Amino acid sequence: METSSKPVSPSDSLAVNDSEKLTGYSKWKFLLYLPAVLKGLGNTFMHMIKAKGHKTFTIQYPEVKRPVRAGYRGEHRLKKDAEGREKCVACFMCQTVCPALCIRIVAEEAPWDDRDKRPKTFEIDMLRCIYCGMCEEACPCDAIELTEKFNIVSTSRTEKIYDKEKLLSN
Amino acid sequence: MDLVLDVTRAVVIFGAIMTLVPMLVLAERRISALIQNRVGPNRVGPMGLLQPLADVLKLLFKEEITPLRSDKILYSLGPLLAFAPAALAFAVIPVGRGLEVAEVSFGVLFVITATSLGVYGISFGGWASNSKYSLLGALRSSAQIISYEIAMGLALVSLLMTAGTLNLSEIVLRQDNLLEWNIFRQPLAFVIFFTAAFAENNRLPFDLPECEAELIGGYHTEYSSMKFAMYFLGEYIAMIVMSAFTVSLFLGGWNPGFTLPEGVWWTALSVGVFSIKLLAVLFFYIWVRWTLPRFRYDQLMSLGWKGLVPLALANVVLTGIIVTLWDSLTGQ
Repeated sequence: METSSKPVSPSDSLAVNDSEKLTGYSKWKFLLYLPAVLKGLGNTFMHMIKAKGHKTFTIQYPEVKRPVRAGYRGEHRLKKDAEGREKCVACFMCQTVCPALCIRIVAEEAPWDDRDKRPKTFEIDMLRCIYCGMCEEACPCDAIELTEKFNIVSTSRTEKIYDKEKLLSN
Repeated sequence: MDLVLDVTRAVVIFGAIMTLVPMLVLAERRISALIQNRVGPNRVGPMGLLQPLADVLKLLFKEEITPLRSDKILYSLGPLLAFAPAALAFAVIPVGRGLEVAEVSFGVLFVITATSLGVYGISFGGWASNSKYSLLGALRSSAQIISYEIAMGLALVSLLMTAGTLNLSEIVLRQDNLLEWNIFRQPLAFVIFFTAAFAENNRLPFDLPECEAELIGGYHTEYSSMKFAMYFLGEYIAMIVMSAFTVSLFLGGWNPGFTLPEGVWWTALSVGVFSIKLLAVLFFYIWVRWTLPRFRYDQLMSLGWKGLVPLALANVVLTGIIVTLWDSLTGQ
């Protein structure tokens, strides 16, 4: 079909196609289909036997995993310091910056001297999270980060609300 | 004893076709995957070989739906009529030396008649579904099959002029030498016949009755579960029958290209040769399906009536002249 900006009148669209107006030799033009058809068959055959540089693109997922690119934003993780304590000081920066409002922190007094507070609970609602990475950027203590885990499945909604233990072990 | 042999033959051949259908479906999916640089179903069983079984199980457990205002009797009759005549046609096709269910003197006519009965199944189904997609599909199918049957019949006329018999077994017997295969004697008739066969089977590039893009599923839009499976089965059996018919008519049937000596093992070889040829033609069917796009409806009609029919007629005339000249030259 030709594409033209000219509006097509109804009679045009009802008109027979070009090949029907032709006579003589051109009437048998359809025989020229055959070489074209054979060419097409040759092309698909090359695909079939994977000649001419054709290859299968499928990644057999559970067995073969596609490599995760640098900077991929997957599930969250709460980091620990050298003494095994969580780095988080419950400053609420991530909770404030989160556009999806999925982080909920309850703070308590820290038993250690080097900081005032620590999170009593730290919950992320993974169903709300949009994996934007703003929490990671906002964190002054480098305590939260996004991992490369992308295989995030569960069988219930409650499972998708991650608590502090889950995030620390993630 | 003869009766037992006949029944055995019928059961074995029918069983073989029914086994071939699921294999064909799997082959279709795997080959299409290869052509499209995919992998295809490879999870169920070794190399995905059990996939057809899973498909059949799925179809069996699907809900059977009958549209509310459909014609109940015709609606049930449709799938049966699509399936039975297609299988019937295989009765006269020789699958090996002397191995046909029935040798009838009008075998070629029988196959054409039986395969064209399949259009009733499609028309009934489309009409009885009380759905516009189904009806359009059925209408297209009727028009298409009737149009291409003419081209097919005319192509066969020129073949029969050189063969001199309507007996399919006889036609196969006369192609014992490679150079006597009808594809070399009637190349034009072969091209016309094969093209028409695609249209007759509603296969791409002529699958307008189904035409997922515009008609959802054509005549079987409203069908589900086993009734849909029957249509599916009928379609593939029709394809197998048409391939077997093509092999018998043009590609020498069970002849390996030289005259077979007597003996049981040579007969077994003839069955093998027939099977290989049949599978090759079926492969070609699948190959074409994943190569060519669908024709537009007017293009289809134009190709049939303005292309194939005149060409087939010209071929008949040409064959007539050559046969007459040949006969007068050789003094018969």
